Amino acid sequence: MDSIREIVVLSGKGGTGKTSVASSLAYLAGKEAILADCDVDASNLHLIMGPDIIKKELFYGGEVAQIDIETCIQCGKCKEVCRFDAISFSAGVHTIDNLSCEGCGYCSRVCPTGAITMMPRLSGEFYISGIRNGSQMSHAKLFAGGENSGKLVATVKKNAYRMAKERGCDYLITDGAPGIGCPVVSSLSGAKVALLVTEPTMSALHDLKRVLFVVRRFNAIPLLVINKSDINEAVSEEIKIFAKSEKIEHLADIPFNTAFVESMGKARIVAEENQFLKGIFESVWEKAKEVADSSVQN
Amino acid sequence: MAQTSNVFKLAVASGKGGTGKTLLSTNLASFVSEFDDVLLVDLDVEEPNDSIFVKGLVSDVHPQYKMVPQWDVARCDLCGDCVDICNFNALVNVGKMIVVYENLCHSCHACSELCHKKALPMKKHHVGDVSVIKSQNLTLLEGRLNVNEEQPVALINNVHSLVNQNWSKYKYQIFDSPPGTSCSMVASTGKCDYILLVTEPTPFGLNDLKLAVDAAKLMKRPFGVVINKYGSGNKDVEEYCRDNGIEVLGKIPFDISIAERYSKGELLLDKHCFRSVVSSLYNKLENIRISQNG
Repeated sequence: MDSIREIVVLSGKGGTGKTSVASSLAYLAGKEAILADCDVDASNLHLIMGPDIIKKELFYGGEVAQIDIETCIQCGKCKEVCRFDAISFSAGVHTIDNLSCEGCGYCSRVCPTGAITMMPRLSGEFYISGIRNGSQMSHAKLFAGGENSGKLVATVKKNAYRMAKERGCDYLITDGAPGIGCPVVSSLSGAKVALLVTEPTMSALHDLKRVLFVVRRFNAIPLLVINKSDINEAVSEEIKIFAKSEKIEHLADIPFNTAFVESMGKARIVAEENQFLKGIFESVWEKAKEVADSSVQN
Repeated sequence: MAQTSNVFKLAVASGKGGTGKTLLSTNLASFVSEFDDVLLVDLDVEEPNDSIFVKGLVSDVHPQYKMVPQWDVARCDLCGDCVDICNFNALVNVGKMIVVYENLCHSCHACSELCHKKALPMKKHHVGDVSVIKSQNLTLLEGRLNVNEEQPVALINNVHSLVNQNWSKYKYQIFDSPPGTSCSMVASTGKCDYILLVTEPTPFGLNDLKLAVDAAKLMKRPFGVVINKYGSGNKDVEEYCRDNGIEVLGKIPFDISIAERYSKGELLLDKHCFRSVVSSLYNKLENIRISQNG
C-alpha cells in the first residue's frame, strides 16, 4: 500500500491564492514533502520556488494528422469524415490545421492512398527540480493551445510520487488548476485531502460548490481556507455556514495582506517573508497532515 | 473568422485565473447595453460567473449534447476494432463487453462509422446547458458544464455555433473565456475578431500573460492588454508590453472598494473612476472594430 499522503490545493475560481498556499505549505514541510505543480497551463510555482532543473523531458500529448502532398490524390475523403473542421481544401490541395486537429486519426484510416500519418504531438515539457527548501519539485509547461493537460498532470504526479518514494517523503503537496475539468480531475486522482482555498466573493462561493462536487467524487477529504477573509465579512460568514452544512473543516481565515503580492515580487514565498502569515500556515499544515494521516489509518 | 457583416466578436481572456475577466466582461457588456444591443457569452463553462453580475430572468434553456457511441450488444461480434480505432482510450473491451467512457470521447465518430457490424450507433450525451438571460439590451448566454463532465471543449464549440445560428444579428458579442492557454482557451477565443488579455501587475500575472500572448499569436488573432489592480505589484507587465509593442487598452486601478463591490456580485459602472476606464476602453475597441471592418 502506498503510504504517501497527497494534499491537493484547489479552488474552483482562479486567483484565490492556491499557489501562495501550496508554496507556503511546501516551505514549512521542507524535506517532508515533494511539491507538484499541476496547474500545467498557467504554472507559477517555479517563479517562487527557485527550481534548479535536474531533469527535463518532452511531453507528447496525443497525435496530430499530417498529409503527404506527394501521395495525396485530393479525393477529399479525409475532409468528409473530420468532425473538427481541421481539414481545408484550397488552391488544389488539402491541408490540416494543427490547432483544430484533435488527433482522432479517422482521416488517416479512410485515406485510400495512406497519405495521412498520425504524428506524435509535442505539446509541452516536464521537469524534476531541486528547490530552495531542500526538497524537490515535479512540474511542467504545457505549450500554448496544448491538448491533453490531464495526461500531463498525470505525468507530473507520477514523477512526484516516485520522487517522494525515493526520498522517503511522507507527503505530496499538489498545486491544482482552477475549474473542474480534466487537469483538476487528474490532480485529484489518489489525493487524500483537498485543501480548498476560497475568498469571500459570490463568484468564489459559487465555484467552490462546483469543485466540491468533484472532490467528493474522488473521495478526497475537503478542508477549507478562506483567503482575503475580511474583504466581505458577510460572504465570509455565508461560506462558513456552507462549510458547516457540508461538514467541511474550516482551518483558517487569512485576512487581506499585501505581503502576498510583495513576496511574489521578490520571488519569495509568503510564509518565509511574513511571520504572522507563517503562523497561520503552520496551523493549516499541521491540521492538513493530521487529516491526511488519519485517512490512511482508517 | 472575421464576419462578413459588421459583427465584432471580442474575447476576454487571461492566462492566470482571477485577474478580472468576469469583472471586465460584465461591466463592458453592461456599458454597451446603455446605448446598444449587446450579447455577453459566458464561455468559462467550468465555472460560469457572469450571471451573478448580470441579473435578469432566464428566458430559455438550451440543453447541450455531445455525440458518443452506444454499444449494441446484439450486433457486436467483439472483434475489438473499435478499441484499436479510438485514440482517446474511450472504449475498453472488458471480457465480453465494450465499455464506453463518455467523458473521454471526443465525438470523432470513427468507431461508430468504421464498425463493420454497426454496433456502435451514436447517441446524444448531455454535457451541459446554455441559459439565455435577458436584462434589457443585454442578452447573456451562459454555458454551464455539468459537474461530472471533464471536457469543456465540445460545449464551448456548441455555444459558438448557437451564437452564429440564433444571435448573429448582435453587433457586439463579448466572450468571457476560461483561464489558461490550453484547448478550452483556444476553442473560446480562436475565432474571435479581437482578444483582450486581462492581467495583473505581478510576477504570476506577467508569466501567464506571456503564455496567453503566445496563444494569441499562435491563433493569429489581434490582441491587447488590460491591466487590473493597477498600482499594486510592480511595473514589469507595463514594461513587457511596451518592449514588445503590445497595446495596453486600459488600466483598472487597484482599489479595495472595487474588490468589495465585486465580492457582492455588483456591477461597478456607477463608480466614476471605474466607469471612465470602461468608457475609454470601449472607445478604443470601437476604433479597432471600425478599422477591422473598413
